[in-house]
Amino acid sequence: MPKFVELWVYLSATPLFGLTATLAVYVLAQAVYARLHQAPWANPVLWTVLVLAGGLLMSGVPYPTYFAGAQFIHFLLGPAVVALAWPLWQRRAELRQRWGRLLLAALVGGSAASGSALLLAWAFGLPLEVMLSLVPKSVTAPVAMGIAEKIGGIPALAAVFAVITGLVGALAGKYLFDALRIPTTHDGWAARGFALGTSAHGIGAARALQVNADAGAYAGLALGLQVVLASLLMPFLVPLLIRLF
Amino acid sequence: MLALRGLAWLLAFQSVGELLARGLNLPFPGPVVGMLLLLLALRWQVVREPVGLCADFLLSHLSLLFVPVGVGVMTHLSLVNQYGLRMLLVIVLSTLAGLAVTVLCLHWFKSTKDALNDT
Repeated sequence: MPKFVELWVYLSATPLFGLTATLAVYVLAQAVYARLHQAPWANPVLWTVLVLAGGLLMSGVPYPTYFAGAQFIHFLLGPAVVALAWPLWQRRAELRQRWGRLLLAALVGGSAASGSALLLAWAFGLPLEVMLSLVPKSVTAPVAMGIAEKIGGIPALAAVFAVITGLVGALAGKYLFDALRIPTTHDGWAARGFALGTSAHGIGAARALQVNADAGAYAGLALGLQVVLASLLMPFLVPLLIRLF
Repeated sequence: MLALRGLAWLLAFQSVGELLARGLNLPFPGPVVGMLLLLLALRWQVVREPVGLCADFLLSHLSLLFVPVGVGVMTHLSLVNQYGLRMLLVIVLSTLAGLAVTVLCLHWFKSTKDALNDT
């Protein structure tokens, strides 16, 4: 038994551990998700995060040790943001046609998501740093971190908020859209996907992609638009808004 | 090999994006600048073919890439203990608001367009 403990101490301290654990738990969660016919509550990111965070806390492995391995996966977020140009390019004809409407919807929807977050956080009496970390939560995590840093929030907290936001969108989207009687036609799927990408970024887009190809494409587009709009507008608008409180 | 060439393109565009963003003090994060540049470059076959293959693979596993950051929630347990419920409530309500406003916005545009076409 002591031999096993020694081996565990060794393994849990190498980058190999964080990387292997992340991939293994995710692959397992993905299989369960497929088994359960992609039920929203069985979201693989949610369960992977819960299992890993719970496991690390219980076994006493510190987060930086885990991240030493997991950073190889984390690193790919950068190229993935660059890769978002691809779904945009593929739908360029449709985009050119509906450009104005989509841009307006992205602007109004994005403002609703971040504006209501700011207002609610203020109403609930959350500290300023937390408020500012909540503002960019509808933008994909790596960009949300950069924006939070620029406007005075805590980058690590903003990233966690962004991930939770994505999960909420992926979990609740279907029920909300059904309640609002959004149809499941081409345009209905496009609107559903676009809303998921706007309010719940990459995790919402991943969910949309699994459900319907049109929804997935529009979610990718919305997430790209949100990235551009938020990084352009938030650093200027948020400091002005904060002065009102 | 083609997918590998795609990854090389993505990293190259990200690098140029980072250089431009830092060098010119742009308000965008580097990868976003890289995305915009790549959008312009996709008209060329040499870029398009490998990038398409690699992007499809990377984006189909997009949700995995959020796991390492998500696990970081364990480092903020004191904040979670103190404000957890309120933070969660803010996130849930504002995310639903964002979803509803966006979807109704597009749906409303569509119905007004249909109504205009009918008359």
